[in-house]
This record gives sequence, C-alpha cells and structure tokens, in this order.
Amino acid sequence: MTGRPVDLTATAQVEALRAGEISALELVDAHLGRCEDDRWSSFLAVDAERARARAREIDAMDERPPLAGIPVGIKDALSTRDLVTTAGSRMLEGFRPVYTATCVRALEDAGAIVVGKTNMDEFAMGSSTENSAYGPTLNPWDTTRVPGGSSGGSAACVAARQVPWSLGSDTGGSIRQPAALCGIVGVKPTYGAVSRYGLIAFASSLDQVGPFARTVADAALMLSVIVGKDPHDSTSLEWPEPIAVPTAERLDGVRIGVVEELFGEGTEPGVRDAVRAALATAEGLGAELVPVTLPHAHHGLAAYYLIAPAECSANLARFDGIRYGHSAADAGDLLEHYERTRAEGFGPEVKRRIMLGTFALASGYYDAYYAQAQKVRTKIVQDFAAAFADVDLVASPTSPTVAFGLGERVADPLAMYLSDTCTIPISLAGLPSVSIPCGLSDGLPVGLQLAGPAFAENRVLSAAHALEQAIGFDTLPPGLDA
Amino acid sequence: MARLSRLALDDAEVDTMRAEMSTILEHVDSIQALDLDDVPPTTHVIHVENVLRADEPGTSLPHDIALREAPRAADGGFSVGRIG
Amino acid sequence: MMTATAYEAVIGLEIHAQLRTRTKMFCACELSFGDEPNVHTCPVCLAHPGALPVTNAEAVRLAVIAGHALGCEIATHSTFHRKNYFYPDLPKAYQISQFDEPICGPGRFRFLTPDGEKELGITRAHLEEDAAKLIHVGGDGRRAGAEQSIVDFNRGGTPLLEIVTEPELSDPADASAFLRQLRLTLVQLGITDGNMEEGSLRCDANISIRPVGETTLGTKTELKNMNSFTFIERGITAEIARQTAIVAGGGAVTQETLHYDPTTGEIHSLRSKEEAHDYRYFPEPDLVALAPDPAWVADLKAGLPELPVDRRRRWVADLGLTDEDAEVLAETRELGDYFERVAAVAPPKSAANWVRGELRAQLREHDQEPWQSHVTPERLAEIIAMVEAREVSMPNAKAVLADVIADGGDPRAIVEAKGLGAMNDEGELEALVDKLIAENAAQVEQLRAGKDKVIGFFVGQAMKATQGRADPGRVGELLRQKVLG
Repeated sequence: MTGRPVDLTATAQVEALRAGEISALELVDAHLGRCEDDRWSSFLAVDAERARARAREIDAMDERPPLAGIPVGIKDALSTRDLVTTAGSRMLEGFRPVYTATCVRALEDAGAIVVGKTNMDEFAMGSSTENSAYGPTLNPWDTTRVPGGSSGGSAACVAARQVPWSLGSDTGGSIRQPAALCGIVGVKPTYGAVSRYGLIAFASSLDQVGPFARTVADAALMLSVIVGKDPHDSTSLEWPEPIAVPTAERLDGVRIGVVEELFGEGTEPGVRDAVRAALATAEGLGAELVPVTLPHAHHGLAAYYLIAPAECSANLARFDGIRYGHSAADAGDLLEHYERTRAEGFGPEVKRRIMLGTFALASGYYDAYYAQAQKVRTKIVQDFAAAFADVDLVASPTSPTVAFGLGERVADPLAMYLSDTCTIPISLAGLPSVSIPCGLSDGLPVGLQLAGPAFAENRVLSAAHALEQAIGFDTLPPGLDA
Repeated sequence: MARLSRLALDDAEVDTMRAEMSTILEHVDSIQALDLDDVPPTTHVIHVENVLRADEPGTSLPHDIALREAPRAADGGFSVGRIG
Repeated sequence: MMTATAYEAVIGLEIHAQLRTRTKMFCACELSFGDEPNVHTCPVCLAHPGALPVTNAEAVRLAVIAGHALGCEIATHSTFHRKNYFYPDLPKAYQISQFDEPICGPGRFRFLTPDGEKELGITRAHLEEDAAKLIHVGGDGRRAGAEQSIVDFNRGGTPLLEIVTEPELSDPADASAFLRQLRLTLVQLGITDGNMEEGSLRCDANISIRPVGETTLGTKTELKNMNSFTFIERGITAEIARQTAIVAGGGAVTQETLHYDPTTGEIHSLRSKEEAHDYRYFPEPDLVALAPDPAWVADLKAGLPELPVDRRRRWVADLGLTDEDAEVLAETRELGDYFERVAAVAPPKSAANWVRGELRAQLREHDQEPWQSHVTPERLAEIIAMVEAREVSMPNAKAVLADVIADGGDPRAIVEAKGLGAMNDEGELEALVDKLIAENAAQVEQLRAGKDKVIGFFVGQAMKATQGRADPGRVGELLRQKVLG
C-alpha cells in the first residue's frame, strides 16, 4: 500500500485489509483523526470508542465479513441504537434510539464500522444543510459554500476523506444534489430498494436511503449490501437480481435520453457546458443521445412541495415531548404543552413545511392541492414510462447550479427549493438514479444525473461507471491533500 | 393551520410564515390549471399488495428501555402532565 | 288546542370490536389485559422515529370472516389511511384506519327481538388500531381535575374492527337487541372476546330525531363509549328524551359528542373546548393495499359456521324448541354444538330440557361445561332414552347423571350395577301399594274424601321403599284404582 489510507477507495481498503497491508484499527484510526478534527462540521457525533472497539474485534476475527473494518458515516436521520440520533433537530437533542435502522445493521453485519453520525438539514428538509439546528456543514471544495443538502454532512465527509463512504437519504434530491455539489458519487435507488425501517421519516412515499462514495464501484458495493426486502418495511421490495459492481468501459448501443426540460432556465452555463461535455464523452463511448421530453417535469416541483409537506405534517406529528425528545418546561395544559414543545423543538423550515402540508390536506383544500399533486405525480410517472419505451437511460444536470454561498438562499425558501428541480421528477416517479461528478465550473464540481426505469440499478451504475472512467474526475478538493 | 399543527407562533412568525407560504402557494398553484379530472392519483409508486405479517409475538422492549427517553416518566408510564 | 308533534328517533351505531389476535395490528407486541403498564411496547407502537407498521395477517382474516357474518361485500382492493389528530393516547398523532376503501363494504345483519327477527343495514366495517390507555392520577380519577395523566401503551395498537350501521333504527330496545346479536355472533366466530367491561367491545350511537313522516335527518349527536347493553338502551332513550324536549321547547339540537353517565342517568357534553375537527385523512404511504384473493375470501365464506340467528330459527322451526330454549342453548357456540349432538341421538325437545336444565345445573357445581365433562352426548342420550322408556325413574336418572359426571361410565351399566332400574314387575308394585294402603289408613281416608294431594305422600313412601325405582305415575294409578275403584 502506498500513500495515505484515507485516499483509498472503499474497494481498495477492502483489498488492503484482506492483503494484511493494514489492520482495521489502523484504518479506523486514520479516518477517526480526520473525523475528530472536523473542519467542515460534517459530523454531529463521532463514536471513536465504539469504532475502535469494533476494529479490534474485526482484527481478531479469523473469518471476516465482506466489508470488515471499512469505516462508514451515517446520516443522522438513521436510527442507531444507543448512539445519539437527532435528525439535525433540537427536538431530538440527546435522543438515544432503542433500535438500529435495518440498512445500518446490514452494513454493520457486513463488517463496516460506523464512525459517526453526519450533519443534515433538520428532518432532511433543505438543500444546503443550513437548516441543521447544530450549524451548517461546509463544502470541502470551498468552505464559504454549502455542501448541498439535506445529506450535506454525508456528502462532505466523503469528499473530505473523513470516511470512504457514507449513507444518506434522498426524498427530492437529498443524496444526488449534495453529491453533485461536493464532487462525489451519490445513488438514490428505486423506491423500495432499501428498507426505510429506522429512517426518520420526512416524506414516506419518497424517502429512500442510498450511498455516497468517491467511485461508482464503491457506491454499487455498498448498495449491494443494503438492498432488499425487509419484513419491517412493507414498502421494501424483493430484489430481482444482485447489485453488481460495475466494470463496463464502453456504452455501445446504450440509448441515453437527454431531458431538454431539465437544461432549462435557471441552469448555470458552466453546469450546462460540463454536462454537455460529459454527454459528448458518452457518445464517444458508443452511446446514442436521443432528445426526450418529460412534458410534466416542470410541474414536479409544485407537486413535490405539496406531497412531501403533507406527508411530513403527519410524520412529524409524533414529536410531542411525551415519549422522547424535547418537552416544553412548565406547560400549563396539554394544548400548551404541544404547542410550546413543537414551537421550541422545530426550526423555521420544518414549521413552514408542516404548515404547508397541514394546509394541503385540510378539508376544502385536499382535492385542489394534495389530490391534484398526486395526479401530477401520475402524469410524471407516465412521462418517464413513455421516455423509457424509447431510451435506456435519461440524463440531465443533477443541480442547476454549483455549490452556492452559505446564507445566500436562506431568506428565500422558493429559491432554495429550485435547487431540486432536476432531481424531484425522478423522486416522484420512484426511479433509480445516480449523480456522478462530470467536471468543474468556476473550480466547483458539477454533477451529471443518470436515471433508469425501476429496478434498473445495474444498468444505471454500469453506465455511470463507464462514464466516470472516461471523465477521470479528480475527487480530491483543492487544498485537502495537506 | 398553526393550531391544527400544534405549533405556537408569535405574531412576527405568523407574518413571516404567511408571506413565505403565499409565495410558495403561488408557485404550487400552477398545477391548479391542469385538467387532470380523469387521471388517477399516485399514492405509491410500487406495485405491491398484501404485505402481511404472521400473527406471531416478537420481543417487546424491556420496560426501562421503553421509558428511557421519556422526558417525564411516572408510575411506570409516560406522564403528560395536566390534560386540562 | 295545539296537537303535540310526534317525533321519531333515527339511530345509527358504530361498534369497535377488539380482534382476538395474539399480536397488535401493526407490530409483534403481544396483546394483554391487566399487565403492568408499558411492558408490551416496541419502537412501532411507541411511534419511535423511523419505525414502520406492518399489517397483521390474522386481523385481516378475522375482518373478512366478520364481514361474511355481517353479510358484507368483501373489498377486492382495500387501503389504509392516516387519521390525524393530537392526543397523548395516540403516539403517532395519527391513527392508521381505513377511509374510502374499507375491507368490508355494505351488508345486512339479521337480529332477534321480542317482536321477531329484524334486519339492520351495515354501512361498512374497517380495520384500525386502538389507542393507548390514559390513567388519570389525582382528583377523582377522571380527566378533569386530575393532577397528571399517565399513558400506558400496552393496549395501543390493538387491532380493531369498526362496524358502522345504517341509521335505520328508531327503537333503543332494537339497538340493544342488535348489539346482543352482533356480540354473540362475533364472539362465537372467535373474532372478539366481546368483553364489554374490559372494553373489547364498545359502542357509540349517532342519534337524531325528526317529526314522524319527515324524511330528512335532524341534527345528530354522538353518544360515546357505552359499555353495556343496558346502558346503551338507557343512554339512547335518555338522549332521545333530551332532544325531544329541546325541539318541543322550540330549541335546536347542537351537533356534539356526548357521554351518558349510567350512575346518574345524565347526559353531558364530552369536550369542554369543542374545536373543529379536521382529521386530514390521506393514504398511508407506509402500507400497501390489501387485495384479498377472491378464492381465499370464498373459502372463508364457505367455512363460516351457521350464525346464531339462523341456528335459533332452525331449532324452533325444525326441532320444535321454544324461543327461550333456543336462546339459552345458542348462547355459546360450544353449548349449541353440544346440544346438536345430543339432539341428533335423542328427542330434541327432551335433549333441550336436559341440557339447559339438569345437566347444566349439576355441572355448575363442578364448575364444568357439558362439552368438557364426562357426559358425552351419547351418554346423555342414553339417560334420556331410559327415562322415556320408563326404564328408570326421573330421580334415579338424575342420580345416574351425577355418577356419570363424577366418574364417567355407561349410564345403562350404572343402572344395572346399582339396581336403579325401574320396578316394572306389576305384581311387585301392586303388593307394595297394597302394603302402603294397609299401613296408612288415615291417608287412605283423606284420599277417599277427595284430597288428591295425598297421592304425593304415597308416591313418596313408594319411592323411599324402592330406592326410587318405582314409577311414580304407575304408583298413583294403582292407588286410585284400589282406593277409589
């Protein structure tokens, strides 16, 4: 092994461990050093003691599970037994879950070592990680900028090489957009691919857990471990075929639909250029580019900002200060207890979405808002079905812009929401998609989004891998090699 | 809405919230114009039915663990103070 | 003079039946009653962040069986919704219930009243989860005035079937009769334990009144959570009286939720701060649809045993039982089954008398039920046959039954072994009667003087002398012949 362990991909770390070039404890220690010296505020909690103890256990094992000793960061929206889990909210300050999310357990069972919980927008509501009650995460490419969100901590910790990979969750783009803004790979699987049991719900019909990594192969490796039916999640699916670690180098015969609607107004020229260049590269690898149209995609944002808040207004109603979490002191009666507990525990964006969702479901508004949004969702599903009748994959920018400045969009919720224009339609349709870094614009990473039909993870990852190899993006942010 | 959501908001917050919500609603209002009367709503994107669990008891939480995170535990239960 | 307007009541019922499953509706915690608080909880029923519901298959099966018993259409596609409201006994702050696609659609249910069989329309029956239990501490144990309330989540998440009837009843007695029949049916099918005191079966009534002849419905009130048949009838009667007084006095009924206090007979409003409810129902994204396999649904229908109402009617019509006999014997499924097995090998009317009379009376002292006792239907039928053939007297038949209950054994063998067989030798019986006439001159005189009652004295003497083997009827006959000629 040459160079620093933290520069190795997860796959390379697996090999180094297997070859005996490094012990699990050495590997974990190398990463923990960077986690504890957390210049980007990627982590809300680092559990060094337990991570080291687990590394020692693994070093003592004769038979090692496949991911033995590989450190992983876990978004704080995922329940981890006895390890404080806040979902970025005051509401859950100090909350120690009594159980572990199925996907985290799958990683642990495979030998991965949880080093800590990563920062996020409160209850996954946001696109910049500035809505965390514990302060924002900084983008490792430029610490005056946001890492994207809501899984900003999970993206930053991988970009900053604090861990080789991490788990995030994506509701309207919360894996893909921060992956794009931090210059790494992020995968949002097909809805139902990964169990949601233990994922603190934001919008249940959209939430999906997925990996962040510095390579497509690493992301595929992690996904292969967490995918599949969970008896604790009724919406999780039997997986038709194993997730394969991709090896393709060519894209011969692959028809890539270029979604014109998602290159539209609001897309920065630098982003557009980088994505177009990547598509040209794809063509060079043998892919055929086909313009496709998703006529209802531009209504996706509106539908999303009715459906997701509606679901969240119910999902977050359980935070009432009775069984766990923040509880208002000296409340008079029950009504006052509820109102003060929730007013004190939730931040402004969460309150805004709860109110919006309550409105969308209220009697007299349901049909015009929530039900209408669900119908728009049907049209978007149909748009994608029509597109995939003709193409194998669709491509677009992941985010219309590169990482924006801290504080720049805080005062304008709608501008913030527009960050997710390209990712939301895919979320509404529940489709698998990946964001890979495809170049730089003004020195900041640009993400290319590829999506396929439901269950086409292997197709999407294979194409992403081939492109990634051809593009040769350097995921090391400037100034980080020190 | 704040009452239905059980959120205490002061007057300033109500004003800000009202302004922000109206901007957002203005945007989402764009879908009102679509004629979707004959379109069925999508509540689930997955096409799965009858996901059921056998009626077999599993392990429940130990009592102390169930109450561990309670802000106010009392008499073996979760106190809610005075209901009023 | 003004004629007083006559009003009629319109009553609809909502019944919540806890289903007899082993585990909760959406998690694997065991159901219990009376355990220490919060010992049957998990992340799901405590609504911990990230926990998800998974539907109990047995609850669905019981709901479909109940639907068949209620004459309902069983849905081919049925979904769950979230019903949103804040209350400490509802940990998610929404109840998972069903809304526009209940598991059981419209049906009709027949029930028996003193005026005969009646029918009530069933609007729907749907699955949902029960709330937890609130224990009010301090004050007098009620919510108002309590210092604090404690939540016990053991009951939270218990599977419930909510049955909603059409507003077709007008007589409170019919409401009560319907509920009795419904409870009997659900208990016999094993759908609920039906224990009303423990809250396994609860009933709300929607009540309005209107002038007789009017077809539009008046403003309704909802009378909540009545837990006995008597209180239901009384509560509804009281509410009808209250509404009638309001309307007759020129007032208007307000739509509200009410509580009937059975101890005072008073009705009061349940919510002091009446706030507009907006449950904001929407499809539960954490659960997928139920699509019961039509073949499975048909199998459950085919496997449905005869309903108590049909059984009673058949027993009266075909077996000649009285309504009362039939009602008592149909009380439990097991008793009814036992009776049927006896009636298959003995005259039904006698079988009914023996089962509900002597057999149950004797078994009660042993704290046994007929079907659990040594008294197999065949053994009881044999006793009945011997009595009917006058092979054994009634007192000795009861003694034989006591022996069978105690030790089992064949009744006929017991009769023979103990010499309990009827004294069928006419000569022997005549000699006995002659002897009694000779020894009891005073009583013979009384009989001659027309005091018929004295025959009882002779019969008693005869039974004593023969250890009950004499046929009391025959003793009387011989006595008359010999004394009165």
